[in-house]
Amino acid sequence: MNDQPLLAVNGLADQSALVVNGLTDQPPPAARGLADRPLLAAEGLTKRYGARVACRDVSFELWPGEVLGIVGESGSGKTTLLQLLSGKLTPCAGRVLYRDGDALVDVHATGEAVRRALARTQWGMVWQNPAEGLRLGVSAGANIGERLMALGQRHYGHIRGAALDWLKRVEIPEDRIDDPPSAFSGGMRQRLQIARNLVTGPKLVFMDEPTGGLDVSVQARLLDLIRSLAMRMNLAVVLVTHDLAVARLLAHRLMVMQGGRVVEHGLTDRVLDDPLHPYSQLLVSSVPRV
Amino acid sequence: MNRDPQYNFAYLDEQTKRMIRRTLLKAVAVPGYQAPFASREMPLPYGWGTGGIQVTASVLTDQDTLKVIDQGSDDTTNAVSIRRFFQRTAGVEVTTSTEKATVIQTRHRIPEQPLREGQVLVYQVPVPEPLRFMEPRETDTRTMHALEEYGVMHVKLYEDISRHGRIATSYNYPVLVNGRHVMSPSPIPRFDNPKMHMNKALQLFGAGREQRVYAVPPYTSVKSLDFEDHPFSVDAWDRPCALCGAGDSYLDEIVLDDGGARMFVCSDSDYCARRRAESAGSEVA
Repeated sequence: MNDQPLLAVNGLADQSALVVNGLTDQPPPAARGLADRPLLAAEGLTKRYGARVACRDVSFELWPGEVLGIVGESGSGKTTLLQLLSGKLTPCAGRVLYRDGDALVDVHATGEAVRRALARTQWGMVWQNPAEGLRLGVSAGANIGERLMALGQRHYGHIRGAALDWLKRVEIPEDRIDDPPSAFSGGMRQRLQIARNLVTGPKLVFMDEPTGGLDVSVQARLLDLIRSLAMRMNLAVVLVTHDLAVARLLAHRLMVMQGGRVVEHGLTDRVLDDPLHPYSQLLVSSVPRV
Repeated sequence: MNRDPQYNFAYLDEQTKRMIRRTLLKAVAVPGYQAPFASREMPLPYGWGTGGIQVTASVLTDQDTLKVIDQGSDDTTNAVSIRRFFQRTAGVEVTTSTEKATVIQTRHRIPEQPLREGQVLVYQVPVPEPLRFMEPRETDTRTMHALEEYGVMHVKLYEDISRHGRIATSYNYPVLVNGRHVMSPSPIPRFDNPKMHMNKALQLFGAGREQRVYAVPPYTSVKSLDFEDHPFSVDAWDRPCALCGAGDSYLDEIVLDDGGARMFVCSDSDYCARRRAESAGSEVA
């Protein structure tokens, strides 16, 4: 633990940079023009299952192009929070606001039709288990094309062209376009899931442990891919993970959750290098080092 | 044939028929929408036409003339049994002539001869849900119908083209009814799909096991789903019917012997017989 003071200095340096530039230095420079208003805002989100509280009074704002990591141990309410944000669960209290152009949509108060339309066009959802996000019975091309067809594209050639383009972008060989995902490796399935979500050019992607169950070299490639795509497409990402290394690589900002509560919230480097809350300190110190 | 007095008219009791007619009205009001109804146990197994029989029983009056076809033919077991069932329980007039019939119950075909106003065509439907293949959950498919989320139907067609180079779905080909609901036309060949469009007759669909009825009212648009660069097309044969010489009808392949000999004949037996009778008549004259 010799390097602790040094890291603390680094953390301080980050914080001072933050103070100088203000909060809007979070998104990449290209997005700064658009980033004058948050894309997604959670206000006092609470979800109870009977007497158990899965998620307690969570509030935050997410800006265009920003990657927000949510870390914490199993059962800390990360996934519940993600499902609340994406409208899959209804909160007991609080609300989620999403900015659609100039309109502000209350995700849970609006109709199901609007919510599903948002989920299909402006949002993406990458699951830990690709079987949940993919149609395993139909080919990779059809998986990628589904959102386009849902949006009313009716030209087979164009849809196939887009599918080929996206296979290339997620580094899946183009000759696998007619193979079903059930014939793909775990890493390829994850990349296919990402392609399937990004084909409509969404603004916000929810990821639930996208690298869970992958071996480290495959993980590294996937992380690299997610990072470059998020940067290029100016994607806002809510990333749920228990893997601090993943959070370090991808997330601009981190929220640490414990028992359904956000116990710490800050820039990734600051939280990981200089954790303030005892639980964050425990979390950071329990990462095994090679 | 006189009605068996042991049975209520057309087998079902009046309250049941009333319930089914009410559901049919709802189905006609929302073309292509699958209206749930309380399907009754019928004296034949599911899959043999229990839905179609219940719909026929509900719309039948003693003035009606009934025709029953199975795979286009009036003389297959299923058609004969159902026809006899209604002869016995309703005492109605029966016919094999498409022209004379007022109610036609069918499985797998639409008659070749164009229907006219006032006729009712009743389809037997095994699986009424066109989205079932892509989405097994009934709760989800209902939501998808409600919100007009029909993208997955094209995923199925996309798969066809990527696998076979063309849309290989040859029966039960999904259609969009009245520009709103995607509907399963029941397992009729896609050759028959264009006949549903702006048809003058009332088309009713009954699925007994799945407890759904749906309808296409007269003069309603029925469009087969397709892609711009792979438009919907119907099958064509390179030869006419071997019996009546018709070049415009749906042909069945009949194997004649073990040596590979086969012939192609109209699947619509009434259409074929009528054409042969006409040409025989003209030869005599």
